[in-house]
Amino acid sequence: MTNEKEKSIREGYGEELLELGKKYENIVVLDADLSISTQTYKFRDFFPHRFFDLGCAEQNEMSIAAGLASTGKVVFASTFCVFASMRALDQIRNMIAYPQLNVKIAASNAGISIGKDGVTHQAIEDIAIMRSIPNITVISPADAEEARTLVRLSYQYSGPVYIRLGRIPWPIVSNKKDECQIGRGVVLRKGQDVSIFATGHLVFEALEAANSLHKEGLEASVINIHTIKPIDESLIINFAKKTHAIVTAEEHNIIGGLGSAVAEVLVENYPVPMKRIGIKDVFAESGDGKILMKKYHIVAKNIMEAARKVIDEK
Amino acid sequence: MKKINYNNGRRLESLKEKATQIRIQTIKMIYGAQSGHPGGSLAIVDILVLLFYKIMRRKPHNPTWPDRDRFVLSKGHSCPPIYAILADQGYFSESELWHLREEGYILQGHPDMRKIPGIDMTTGSLGQGISAGIGMALNAKIDCKKYRTFVIIGDGECQEGQIWEAAMAASHFRLDNLVVILDYNGLQVDGSTKEILSIDPILDKWKAFNWEVYVVNGHDFVELEKAFTKCIGGQSSLPKIIIAKTIKGKGVSFMENKVVWHSNLISPNEFKKAMSDLES
Repeated sequence: MTNEKEKSIREGYGEELLELGKKYENIVVLDADLSISTQTYKFRDFFPHRFFDLGCAEQNEMSIAAGLASTGKVVFASTFCVFASMRALDQIRNMIAYPQLNVKIAASNAGISIGKDGVTHQAIEDIAIMRSIPNITVISPADAEEARTLVRLSYQYSGPVYIRLGRIPWPIVSNKKDECQIGRGVVLRKGQDVSIFATGHLVFEALEAANSLHKEGLEASVINIHTIKPIDESLIINFAKKTHAIVTAEEHNIIGGLGSAVAEVLVENYPVPMKRIGIKDVFAESGDGKILMKKYHIVAKNIMEAARKVIDEK
Repeated sequence: MKKINYNNGRRLESLKEKATQIRIQTIKMIYGAQSGHPGGSLAIVDILVLLFYKIMRRKPHNPTWPDRDRFVLSKGHSCPPIYAILADQGYFSESELWHLREEGYILQGHPDMRKIPGIDMTTGSLGQGISAGIGMALNAKIDCKKYRTFVIIGDGECQEGQIWEAAMAASHFRLDNLVVILDYNGLQVDGSTKEILSIDPILDKWKAFNWEVYVVNGHDFVELEKAFTKCIGGQSSLPKIIIAKTIKGKGVSFMENKVVWHSNLISPNEFKKAMSDLES
């Protein structure tokens, strides 16, 4: 079922990158033989002299990014989330994060919704990994429009950024009227019974869940956490105080990602009943992305079940 | 700040004297810190002295001068002699040398571009320096700048796969402004490179990756300088590598060519003997 209003998050990246390239000559873009997938080809076709495809060599790519950034260039280095967060992690940590070089690691194909390529290409641990490295800002846009804004803000922000981009066409949930700032969550819906903190594709699922809960007489707040690090602590504590029941939702392992980040804030400041919706520490499999999301329990229905449980525990 | 004559004024004798001074300071630093890598540090002193006092165009009073020649110590653990050179040239106070690896001071165990003026890239995890150098060389191409980028790698380091990713990329992108120097001393940590994981035939490998290869005695200033001149002045579009045959621990008799002196602690007696070797 395709919806004309649906657009993949990675497309938002590709479009904004081109626009930024037109404005700013100091942008250089790197890829590792995935330019069509990551959408950096849009920039490549316009600015071939500022684009370098390093082929199947992600470690080389990330260290080259560091070298370029050391000369004053702002580098966008793209590949898949699995390869950025694991294969090239040493390079990112030691040459980009530690010296705080101005490299934006814009990685696409996040989560299991990428579907048929299967487990080796499905990143379910990248948020956990990137979160645990000092000096890296971790961003996970909810839709293509928000991706455009956050990519633009990332360019203006000085320092290492990891941007996690979805592959498949996805509904637009963000509102152009809402202010978008790195480090600030966006309140999409207010309700007093439970707060759902979601990121990436699961922001849409959270809104669907909230609409269905409303029909049962339960009112949910829905907050889009597009910046996992630094996380909007005061917003989280605020909604914990208002609703006393939290659900987190992410297309990522329940270990180490958004759920863990929110739990860390709550436990130290305002512990309340909380449930994490995410991949339950298993590898998925090949299959249609949306079917996988249902099978591995990261759709609206699962968020609703979790919401009812934490409301009961209040 | 000291006034440095870093163009062609240096005579051979003064380069040799400088190299001895740097070796002495290197041993003093590592002994004082009771931590560090004497063998690999001593091996590259002559190469470093030639680069920093004669070949490279840099400005100690302006360490971030955008048109400076870039230098990356990919085998970052051999940093003490670089620190000694940078202090001597005025990038920071010489007093820092006596606080190598000490909490609260600037000289880290491996090169740190944020803490130490004059260091162009943070290194330490092996195999990454040529890639960083490629980034610097690419910037020169994009902006039509004439600066050169120099990278020193180790022979054990050639076992890292990323070295070969970088080797492919540098020739693919025709980076004629990139010069790599291989500290070919034959030893690593667990034994000789021949025993652990042979990298030979190393010359053939670099040629096969489309690099222009030079082989020199890494302790002979005349041979080194001839090679650098060819690397910098040539017409080819290939990146260049100078395979510098060196002796690990060069200059200190009991350290020369000994595996254990990769990172052995120096005792007070050994320190006395080392100073006696170097000062004679």
